[in-house]
Amino acid sequence: MWKICRRLFLILVLLFLYLPILILAVYSFTESTNIGAIRGFSMKNYVTLFTTPELTGMIAGTVTLALGAAAIATVLGTIGAIGAFYSRKRASGFITTLNQIPVINADVVTGFSICVLLVVALHISKDSYIPLVAGHVTLCAPFVFLSVMPRIQQMDPSIYEAALDLGATPFKALTEVLIPQIIPGIVSGFALAVTLSLDDYFIATYTKPATFDTISTYVVNATKGAQTTIKTALWALSTVIFLIVVLIVLVTNIRSLHRENREGGRRAEHLS
Amino acid sequence: MRFSRKSLGIPYAVFLVIFVAAPLLVLFYYAFTNGQGQFTLRNFTHFFTDPNTLGTLYYSFTIALVTTLVCLLLAYPVAYFLATSGLRSQSVILMLFVMPMWINFSLRITALKEILNLLEGNLAMHPFLNAVVGMTYDFMPFMILPIYTTISRLDGALCEAAMDLGADSLQTFLRVTLPLSVPGILSGVSMVFLPAMTNYVVLDMLYNSTYIMGSLIGSYFAAYNWHGGSMISLILLAMICIFTLLTGGEEDEPGRGGALL
Amino acid sequence: MQNKDTIIELKGISKIFEDDGFKAVDNFNLEVKRGEFVTFLGPSGCGKTTTLRMIAGFDVPTEGDILLNGKSLIGLPPYKRPINTVFQRYALFPHMNVYDNIAFGLRQNKTPKDVIGRKVGRVLELVDLEGFEHRKIQTLSGGQQQRIAIARALVNEPEILLLDEPLGALDLKMRKEMQLELKDMHDKLGITFIYVTHDQEEALTMSDKIVVMSEGRTQQIGTPEDIYNEPANAFVADFIGESNIFNGMMTGHLKARFCGGEFVCVDDFEEGTHITAVVRPEDVEIVAPGAGTINGIVDSVIFKGIHYEITVLSGKNEIVIQTVHNARVGDHVGLRVDPENIHIMLAEDHTNLFFADVNRDFRLEYNGHHIDTSLTRIIKGSKRKEDGTVVDGNGDILEPDRVRILVSIQPDDIEMTDDQDAGLIQGTISNLIYKGDHYSYIIHTELEQDFVVDDEYLWNMGDRVSLLMPVDKMTFTLKRK
Repeated sequence: MWKICRRLFLILVLLFLYLPILILAVYSFTESTNIGAIRGFSMKNYVTLFTTPELTGMIAGTVTLALGAAAIATVLGTIGAIGAFYSRKRASGFITTLNQIPVINADVVTGFSICVLLVVALHISKDSYIPLVAGHVTLCAPFVFLSVMPRIQQMDPSIYEAALDLGATPFKALTEVLIPQIIPGIVSGFALAVTLSLDDYFIATYTKPATFDTISTYVVNATKGAQTTIKTALWALSTVIFLIVVLIVLVTNIRSLHRENREGGRRAEHLS
Repeated sequence: MRFSRKSLGIPYAVFLVIFVAAPLLVLFYYAFTNGQGQFTLRNFTHFFTDPNTLGTLYYSFTIALVTTLVCLLLAYPVAYFLATSGLRSQSVILMLFVMPMWINFSLRITALKEILNLLEGNLAMHPFLNAVVGMTYDFMPFMILPIYTTISRLDGALCEAAMDLGADSLQTFLRVTLPLSVPGILSGVSMVFLPAMTNYVVLDMLYNSTYIMGSLIGSYFAAYNWHGGSMISLILLAMICIFTLLTGGEEDEPGRGGALL
Repeated sequence: MQNKDTIIELKGISKIFEDDGFKAVDNFNLEVKRGEFVTFLGPSGCGKTTTLRMIAGFDVPTEGDILLNGKSLIGLPPYKRPINTVFQRYALFPHMNVYDNIAFGLRQNKTPKDVIGRKVGRVLELVDLEGFEHRKIQTLSGGQQQRIAIARALVNEPEILLLDEPLGALDLKMRKEMQLELKDMHDKLGITFIYVTHDQEEALTMSDKIVVMSEGRTQQIGTPEDIYNEPANAFVADFIGESNIFNGMMTGHLKARFCGGEFVCVDDFEEGTHITAVVRPEDVEIVAPGAGTINGIVDSVIFKGIHYEITVLSGKNEIVIQTVHNARVGDHVGLRVDPENIHIMLAEDHTNLFFADVNRDFRLEYNGHHIDTSLTRIIKGSKRKEDGTVVDGNGDILEPDRVRILVSIQPDDIEMTDDQDAGLIQGTISNLIYKGDHYSYIIHTELEQDFVVDDEYLWNMGDRVSLLMPVDKMTFTLKRK
């Protein structure tokens, strides 16, 4: 009985989390402009989504921004983590503390402060995209730093020295030995940076050029307007993104399950 | 100069100084000056004397508190049931609870809005309720994850020891599991409470005309009042610092980052 | 003019770490001949690994010079030195297979592919792992990883091979096997080996030359036989093999007083000289009470397989004896030592040595007094864990009953006082020598030990004094029982 109650509770919470998205997904395939009465199957919303230049431009812009900012943040955060790890205590303490600020700070404050510095104080035009990219890199790089750091800490420090000992220059030791060791941290840092940038609203609002929109800023403005074709096309967008996320989760999970199996097998072989 | 690993820290340190430290210093400057660049405490005194802003502070505290409580009441059982279920597919089910984090929040809130619209008719009638529902919907995964991680790392032998010493399951839960999961709860609370005070866009999207702390920054921004906005930002930053210290400072895992398993 | 046979020479090397000011190596001098097997031996924290790292180029000496074939290595980064290292935990690159690990060094200096292939094959044969080229590092056992680490270093044909406790992570049986194999490899290849270990048996088995180190300083350099039979000082005697060590004084021609008796010995020093006497446990004979030089009561008997280890208390001195004859706890016995088995050393720096016990609270005790310090403070890297146990830098548990602390203190750091209760121990002045600007006293204590104390003021023979010893002037060495 207790067991059933527990299961039921989990299912109810899952319904709360997913029902809105799923209902929207169903309605995105209809002619309806409001939830309530279903009015015939239609792919119209998807056609609108992928043919309206305003929408496709906005999606492409968001993705480009996310990939670009994440790439810069990954490079910065990774070399920052390597540098901080091998620096003296005071220097690494300084970097780690500053790094923590954007992590705990509210995005509203981060976005506003960058806007005040770059746009208001330094008069850098928002149209140059510099404030926007800088803002997103500032949002993402600290998380890359935090995801790479444990990898470096776990590494045997003599591995780098071994490379030097065998004749590799410090630069080669870094690129051929140290970085390959921390690749998993760098990859998950990059993935994290992409999702943070994709989900951001506040930093973009405070730093973006007036003519540019990310998915978040566009959707927020669209909900205030009353254009129904756009509104229902966004239902389609929501469904597409949902499916993409499901797909990514499935692929990565299957891959890691696969890896576990293989390693388990090897362990068994080792024992025998 | 020869290349060394230490020097790799320099570009990142410079980056942090320019884009993290400098903006905060500029906030200080703007918060304590007026349009003519003269020193003033007006922004500061204004916040603490104006009934409107104080009302906003009170209101956003209430919303954040209620949201955090609701999230905790839903998330703790989820995390607990999941971590102690012994299901083989635990990680898959956990993934289901975490996955919404990766779907753009604005699209999820749009979906929620449609549902609430259908249920309530006029969204503007229940601003407080909608704010809490919307934020709970948005932030709950951030509460589930740290609690789940803490509980699932608990040594099962502890509970067995408690039972062995004569505690029934309720007592075991109250006196062993619950106290030991406090770090997870604190980390979850800090990940919900702070955004709930600042993430005003959730309210905006639900046709909500009430203000929380974040909305003040938004409206100063819209009015090009950098001085007022800077002061609100500083006050928020101070609250965040105090809150972070109270909830145990730095978490061992990078909060939002924990989402990526 | 440098000897042609000398491959590497360390001249007055010192290393002070900038961040904590710790002096790891102090004025280290050594010449190594081409093809020699040299071992740095000492307890953890003695500076042996730091010295090795300075030869490899990972650490830069604060002072001094390192000459390879007569040319200074200072300023030359590790990747330009014809020296390779086998690391403590192997440090194999986990993202490469065996072949790529071994080929790494050859690729750095652009060796042609076919040459690499041949060399890798040959070196794998040398370490008995033919056909392992494409194995992943994670699939190898500890012993195999060790061999790959050796192969990876040897394939570069270094002039010197450095080995930093390479067998530390292996189990006992594997370690013994690898010791012989390494020695074999050394003989076959003729490469100079510099080996670091804290295991005295390993050092004695493998080396041509041993450098015993403690607290950053060289204690003795010599062949294994020299070091075992003729230890230069009390530290070496104690560290190599098991020893009974006593402070004492020469009382006449070929006569020394220590451990509460007057022994005949073969080493001659001037009467009144402060000496250290070393007696190996296997050299003490148990005889009938009164028939030996000193008498005592059997305190404990432990059967060790080949022999019994018997502890006898004589007055307040503890003597450890290894013998094939059993004894009973509580027996009254006499003890005798052949004169040639007593090794008398000039206590050349007059350092006073004594053993302190560790009590249940991990505090030090001597003569019933507390010494105001704790284990965690005096042993580098040790810490107290949450469960109340104390572990050393290697993570091994330290049990109060199983360890003693060898305390050393310089004569001019001890102060004498009339106030009998003020000091750590009391005794009578049994000798004094005027040294120009101060007097050097020998104090014979209640625990039958002789302390050397330097003092500007004149005291009289036979004065009863108490010895004040400040904790910050003491140095401590951990001893396991």
